[in-house]
Amino acid sequence: MKRSKRFTLLGVLLISILLLAACPAPAAPAQEQAAEPASDMAAAADEVIEIEYWQYNFAARVDAMDQLIAQFEEANPNIKVIHNADIPYAEFRDKIAASVPAGVGPDVATLFYGWQSAWIDSGYLVPLPEDAFPPAMVSEEFSPMVQASFVGGTLYTLPTAVRALALFYNRDLMEAAGLDPNSPPTTLDELQDQAVACTQRDDEGDLVVQGFVADPSAQDHHWFREVLVRQFGGVPYTDDYSQVLYNDDAGLQAWNYLLSFHTELATGDRDLFDGSTNAFVGGHVCFHVDGSFRLGTIANNNPDMNFGVTELPEHNGVKSTFGSYWTHGLTKKAAADQARFDASVKFLQFITSADAGALWVDIVGELPAQLEAGSNPELLADEKLGAFAAGLEYSHATFFADESQQRQAIIDSFDMVVLTDEDPAAALQIAADADQEVLDDFWSSR
Amino acid sequence: MRLTLQQRQIIWAYVFMSVALVFFVVIRWYPTILAFNVSFRDWNVFEGSGPWVGLENYQEIWEDAGKPRSSVTAAFSNTVRYVLFGVPTQLVLALAIALLLAQIRRLSALYRVAYFAPYVTSAVAVAFVWNWLYQPETGLINQALDVVGLPQQPFTKSPAQALPSITAVAVWQNLGFAVIIFLAGIQQIPAHYYEAARIDGANAWQLFWRITLPLLNPIIVYLTVLGTISYLRLFALVQNMSPQGTGGPLKSTTTVVLEVYREGFSSYKMGYAGALTVLLFFLILLITIIQLRFFSRRVEY
Repeated sequence: MKRSKRFTLLGVLLISILLLAACPAPAAPAQEQAAEPASDMAAAADEVIEIEYWQYNFAARVDAMDQLIAQFEEANPNIKVIHNADIPYAEFRDKIAASVPAGVGPDVATLFYGWQSAWIDSGYLVPLPEDAFPPAMVSEEFSPMVQASFVGGTLYTLPTAVRALALFYNRDLMEAAGLDPNSPPTTLDELQDQAVACTQRDDEGDLVVQGFVADPSAQDHHWFREVLVRQFGGVPYTDDYSQVLYNDDAGLQAWNYLLSFHTELATGDRDLFDGSTNAFVGGHVCFHVDGSFRLGTIANNNPDMNFGVTELPEHNGVKSTFGSYWTHGLTKKAAADQARFDASVKFLQFITSADAGALWVDIVGELPAQLEAGSNPELLADEKLGAFAAGLEYSHATFFADESQQRQAIIDSFDMVVLTDEDPAAALQIAADADQEVLDDFWSSR
Repeated sequence: MRLTLQQRQIIWAYVFMSVALVFFVVIRWYPTILAFNVSFRDWNVFEGSGPWVGLENYQEIWEDAGKPRSSVTAAFSNTVRYVLFGVPTQLVLALAIALLLAQIRRLSALYRVAYFAPYVTSAVAVAFVWNWLYQPETGLINQALDVVGLPQQPFTKSPAQALPSITAVAVWQNLGFAVIIFLAGIQQIPAHYYEAARIDGANAWQLFWRITLPLLNPIIVYLTVLGTISYLRLFALVQNMSPQGTGGPLKSTTTVVLEVYREGFSSYKMGYAGALTVLLFFLILLITIIQLRFFSRRVEY
């Protein structure tokens, strides 16, 4: 009897231990709050406040942010910033989403500006305090594309750096095709002509060198909306980005221009070499529309490539480029605690300063978001970065309600024409309808 | 009360099984119940629990399904096509290979390993390798087609070929498991059935149709049910083989699980994603019940 009771007791105990072990453990402090012995005069009185900062893993960004954090902590010995940059890009949004129900996660988070809507809509981001970030200061001192961080007149995020699109060209391939590598295309017509001249096929008709690859799943959907549509005399959306307008005559001309590289001119096939970007980086494409962030990819993967970068070709005298940026926001976790919130605001002010932007451009190669640092003559004269910096003053950042769905609308319509012979005008209308539905969804709930 | 040895053994059995039970309750059942709950809410992952909206998510799915070029409709019809293409192909091929493997003595272990290896390989790695094989112009398959003078194929780049191309990879990956199970089944059939039939003058074809196949019925049912479930839940291959993991081109390869993921983690519509999950759950349940009911019949000799 005694023995059997012992067994039963043991069994019950074992089960309860297992159940306990399966319960979520309370969040342990990520780092011990050790006051630095060196700065005892400040730390003795003030408690050290710990804030958490998250960004996705990209070596240059991590390095740059580590340096900024070191500077910030030196200037603010009572604030400690925990830098979490271990999350791969593809999982970043999932991890953020998963961190919230767990009650952990960042106080300051870096996100793509196109995600703002979803993050704000869900109540994850809180407005930036106006006394620390006056709207007038932002409008005056930051690149105009940063206006996309105002949602319904309220500023939610601010970037350290911004990016713009420009035209990359492979000098060796141009030379091989008898083109002058010192005069890359400056107009849309020249781009078509030079792309055709640069395209090479083998005896069986397979593409060996692609002049230009139209690939909306890379940057060309941005190029279409914010650059081509404007250059053909249209506007992609109403000023508040609530109505699609690119489904008009100008939009159709822009659409046909983009399609022409795939259909009538046949200067490239986006399915070759794993997409247009990889094809250019691999040295199989003459001309390619891409952002400043691609400079790093090329430096890492094909450092010997002989290429140049110039401003996007103009048309009808109109210059335009698409601007985009990774931006920093304050989360509701930060807002839950006044001391942490104040520390987070301080940190955000620091990493969005002109000095931070100047440090960032050196390490990451993205342009400073502050006009003061961006219009630096040295930067404008830079052989590679100059073309992007020049674009900052005429750049447009699309305000996205749902970036991935709005991008998909353009990709799908492009596919319809290329893969299923849909009429271009009908396909463009389908894209506009799909895009409008996403916008309606977003604005109707506000 | 004094427990007998047997009773004590039973208690211990329960103690040890409780480990698995805890695992299932915490890792499987709890999230399943949660998914049902979420499907009735306007739940955004950042907010914690959202307001109860009843059947609104289901209604939204129903409305979306009625729209032209709907992702939901594409997802459900594609998922059914994956099952219809994949499961029979997989069963027939696996049975054929298992029958051949049952014949050989030399190097039989090596062959089994070769067929089983894809099954234990990560789907992502499999997807990458097959993406390279399927590449236009530079891919191995297209180069082989070139050599024998056949036209090149777009495979995953074309709305018409993408789904069969991905199904083929899924079949290739799952084949090993089915082969091993079939092999076990074949080896369990007593040899004297065959001997008796041969004495009666049965030919090889008759042996297969009258003895092997009927006696493999429970195995076939088992593999059909498991195979169907795995194709209904297809995700990793599509995520990694369609352009940008979107289930394209033109939604031609998207699956229900992929839509669940996209709605939940890219649009953050957890309630909607939860409702899709519940619909998939019932679809799997329904199909499994039908299969068990109609395909399993006892065969006694």
